[in-house]
Amino acid sequence: MSDTTAKPRPKFRAPRINDESRPFWEATTRGELRIKRCTACGENHYYPRSLCPFCFSDATEWLTCSGRGSIYSYSVSRRGEPYAIAYVTLEEGPTMLTNLVDCDFDRLAIGQAVKVKFMDTGEGAALPCFTPA
Amino acid sequence: MSIKGKAYIAGIYEHPLRDGTGKTVPQLHAEVARGALEDAGLDKNDIDAYYCAGDVPGMGAINQAEYMGLKLRQVDSTETGGSSYVLHVRHAAQAIAAGHCKVALITLAGRPRADAKENYSVRPGGGAPADYGFEAPFRPTIVNMYAMVAMRHMHEFGTTSEQLAWVKVAASHHAQHNPHALLREVVTVEDVLASPMISDPLHRLDCCVMTDGGGAILMVAPEIAKSLNRPRVRVLGAGEAPKHLNGGKVDLTYSGAVWSGADAFAEAGVKPADIKYASIYDSFTITVVETLEDLGFCAKGKGGAFVADGNLISGVGKLPFNTDGGGLCNNHPSDRGGITKVIEAVRQVRGEAHPRVQVPNCNLVLAHGTGGLLGSRMGSATVILEREDA
Ligand SMILES: [Zn+2]
Repeated sequence: MSDTTAKPRPKFRAPRINDESRPFWEATTRGELRIKRCTACGENHYYPRSLCPFCFSDATEWLTCSGRGSIYSYSVSRRGEPYAIAYVTLEEGPTMLTNLVDCDFDRLAIGQAVKVKFMDTGEGAALPCFTPA
Repeated sequence: MSIKGKAYIAGIYEHPLRDGTGKTVPQLHAEVARGALEDAGLDKNDIDAYYCAGDVPGMGAINQAEYMGLKLRQVDSTETGGSSYVLHVRHAAQAIAAGHCKVALITLAGRPRADAKENYSVRPGGGAPADYGFEAPFRPTIVNMYAMVAMRHMHEFGTTSEQLAWVKVAASHHAQHNPHALLREVVTVEDVLASPMISDPLHRLDCCVMTDGGGAILMVAPEIAKSLNRPRVRVLGAGEAPKHLNGGKVDLTYSGAVWSGADAFAEAGVKPADIKYASIYDSFTITVVETLEDLGFCAKGKGGAFVADGNLISGVGKLPFNTDGGGLCNNHPSDRGGITKVIEAVRQVRGEAHPRVQVPNCNLVLAHGTGGLLGSRMGSATVILEREDA
C-alpha cells in the first residue's frame, strides 16, 4: 500500500547543532538573535565562538541583538524555486549569512534595511532569516 | 630563505579526457603523472616527493603514492580547494630549495561528470567545520557564493554584466584553437547575457565548465633541470594566503590574492606590468575581475573596465590570459582549476602554446589559483615563472 499523504518538504533545513552552538539555537527558537561579545577586547563576532577570534580571550558572552540590519550583498538563485541568500550586517556590527524571506525578489537592494524573522525548520530550531524592515 | 631561482618546472601534462567514464580516480592521477614524466624526460623512480590535495582518495598522499609505487622523502597533501596545486608549486620549491627533495610530482584528477552519471560521489574532507551549522541551512551553493561577490562589486564599483561577460568572450576566443577544449565555440557579450540566469547576476556562461580528467606538474632541482633537454622554467616567486569571514567583518571586495600576489611579486622582484601572460583562476567571470585588481594589474574597482573590449585576448589586448580557454571553456577537472593554470603558464613561457595564442617573447608569466568560495572562505596562491635561456 502506498502512502498518499505526502508530507510537505520543509523549506528550511534544520541546522546541525553542537555544544558550542546550542545556546544560539535555543535562543532563536525563543525568537532571539544572539551573537558573541568579547569582554576583553569589546569586539562582537559571528559566528559565535567560545574564544574571541580577535584577541583569543575566552571571556566571551552572549549578546542579544536588536534584529535590525542592512543587506551587505545578496543573490537570488533562479534554478528551481527561487530563494535569496544574503549577507546582512547587524546593527551590532558583524555580518551574517542568511536568507531573505517574505519579500519581492526583484526589488531587493544592497543597503536595504531588514529585520530578523525566525523561520521554523520543523525540527525544534528556528532559522534567523531577514525581511524588509 | 627565498625560493627565487632554486626550483624548476620540468614537466607538465594535461589529461586530454573530459569525461572519465570507465576510469578510476587513482588511475587518472597515475596517467597524468606518467604524462608529466614523459614531458620532462624523467623516470618514475626519479620522483622523491609527492604533492596532492583532497581529490586524492585515501589518507593524504599515501594511498596514491602506493598506487603509483613511489618511494618518497617528502609528502604534502595541503588542501586549499582549487588553488591547492598552485600552492603545491610553492611548497615543492621550498622543499627543493632546502635540499629535502630533488624531483617533486604534483597531481590533480577527478571525474565529477562520470560520478554524476553513475550517481556516485565521494567528496573530499570529513567532519563538519564550525561554520557549517551557521551556513548550510541557508543553502549556499558554489554559484550563489560567487554571485554575492559580483553583486557587491557591481554595487561598490559600477561593474556591469557586460564587463563580466568579456572574460568569457576572451576565454572562448582562445578555446577555439584548443582541440581538447570542452567548449570551442566563440561567444559574444550578447550570448553571455542571453544565457539563463543561474544566480543573480551570474548567467550560465559566467560559470566554468564541469569536466573530468586532471593534470600533473614535475618540479626539479636546478642541476636536474640543466641535465634535461627541455626549456628551463624557474620559479621566481610565490605566495599563498587563506582568506575567511574574519569573525563577521565581511568584505567581499577583495580576495586573498592581495596577499599571495604581493608576496609573489616581492619575492620575484618584478611588477605586474612586467608580466607577459597570466593564468587567472576563472571559476566564474567575477573571479577573474576581482583577482586582476588584487594582483595589481589594475586599480581596485577598475577590473570591469580592464577586462572589457578584448583586453584579455591574446594578440588583441594588453594582458593575454588563459590561452587554453581556461576553466570557462577548456577544462576545470574535478571542479578544480589550479593545475591547468600552471600548465598553460608553463606552455606560454616555454613558447609551446598554440601558435594562434602564443604570446611573443613570453619570458615572464604568472599563474594564480583561487580555491573554495570567494564569498566566504578561500585559498589563494600565486606563482611567477621565468624562462631561463640556456
Ligand atoms: Zn576579544
